[in-house]
Amino acid sequence: MCFIRTAEPLEYHRSFLKENCRPDGRELGEFRPTTLNIGSIGTADGSAMVKIGNTTVICGIKAELSAPPSDAPDKGYIVPNVDLPPLCSSRFRPGPPGEQAQAASQFIADVIDGSKIIKKEDLCIEKSKLCWVLYCDIMCLDYDGNVLDACIITLLAALKNTQIPKVTINKETDLAEVDIEHKRHLQINKHPVSSSFAVFDDTVLIVDPTAEEESLATSVITAVVDEDDQLCAFHKPGGSSLSAEKLQDCITRSVTRHREVGKLIDKVLESTKASK
Amino acid sequence: MDQIETGSGSVLREYGSEQNLLSKPDGSATFLQGDTSVLAGVYGPAEVKVNKEIYDRATLEVVVQPKVGMSSVRERAREQCVRETCEAVLLSTLHPRSSLTLILQVVHDDGSLLSCCLNAACMALMDAGLPMGRLFCGVTCAIDSDSQIITDPTAQQERESRALMTFAIDSKERNVLMSSTKGSFSVKELQQCIALSQKASEKIFQFYRDSVKRRYSKIL
Repeated sequence: MCFIRTAEPLEYHRSFLKENCRPDGRELGEFRPTTLNIGSIGTADGSAMVKIGNTTVICGIKAELSAPPSDAPDKGYIVPNVDLPPLCSSRFRPGPPGEQAQAASQFIADVIDGSKIIKKEDLCIEKSKLCWVLYCDIMCLDYDGNVLDACIITLLAALKNTQIPKVTINKETDLAEVDIEHKRHLQINKHPVSSSFAVFDDTVLIVDPTAEEESLATSVITAVVDEDDQLCAFHKPGGSSLSAEKLQDCITRSVTRHREVGKLIDKVLESTKASK
Repeated sequence: MDQIETGSGSVLREYGSEQNLLSKPDGSATFLQGDTSVLAGVYGPAEVKVNKEIYDRATLEVVVQPKVGMSSVRERAREQCVRETCEAVLLSTLHPRSSLTLILQVVHDDGSLLSCCLNAACMALMDAGLPMGRLFCGVTCAIDSDSQIITDPTAQQERESRALMTFAIDSKERNVLMSSTKGSFSVKELQQCIALSQKASEKIFQFYRDSVKRRYSKIL
């Protein structure tokens, strides 16, 4: 039986899934090739760009000085923002950020808080006087599904690349003095890595869905694990129901994926250091 | 409106619900979980804007209005969760090229807000008489610093918790329709929380049944 992709996309995909493969030649449990570039933006304090198949996401981190929040005077801020511009796909219109971009920003903020990737206390310079604000701007350049995974990888790599200058407060003038010569890396406590899954027809579980697969799937799941195999998020915005076995399968696969991505980040960091 | 025992020591707070309070919407309901209260209204099936029209099913729009201030990124994330859960149970193919609008007004937030929104949404959809394949309910679990699991936590308990999870459970197979988590937790804890939520969902569905029965027994 032969189905035309544009006329009957769901039937077209089903005919592949029946044979345990996918239209792009992958197996059901296979991720697309992931490439990473760290330090791509020279003007940012830290940056990284990741490609998962065609999906391209870039993250730049800007550190600014500010007064700490009044309800937590010994903490700094981390402000993530996900942008899905009209450039990356025809599904996004120009104008204020849509629901998907806002939900993604909230998801990233929850992962940062939940995993304690950076201790917010480390960003405080002087209690209730001065702290760092890390603006993490994540932008999608090419939308081909699975942006959440790409966002988390690029955020983690960019944070590992970030260097902030030493700041001291002059006791006499009470002003901050920034020492550009002495920069230090941020202390990264946890390495959360996410893995996304799509469920077809309530039964078939595939990893790393493309945009086409995401729109045809009955449900999309994102699991975030850290190096201690603790879950930082298990996000399933809705869709068809999920049995306990499927859920366990997702988590096992996420743990394997964490190892792979962890190795990739370390390798790229190593090579950027060597090239310097 | 009594405390609902879930069997394994943990309790749900006092639940209350009333349907058909508002005259303008096609369906409406309030849902109370302890001091948390949400008012929901459903409009539809109605005419849809051309740019939002889907040729083979109805377009569902969910709006979460906070008690004070403008709706922010947090509300958008909640809207997405509620919308996709409703889309999974609604038989929206029966109303192609039409719009369904669900408005959730937060009346008071004392913890477990997302699960209360889900419950209010389900009651309002029922009141509107929209075709649904099954029902759903929301359950929130918090894991405190001693690794104790609390179902249906208050705002105070949420603040003191290490992890917070909300699940939507369907009425047919008691499977997880939606999951939204905060904080870090182990796989075992996730499974315990899901099991506890499934147990608690039985009580909530029984509550749904009782309150709908009570309402229709008055009419007849």
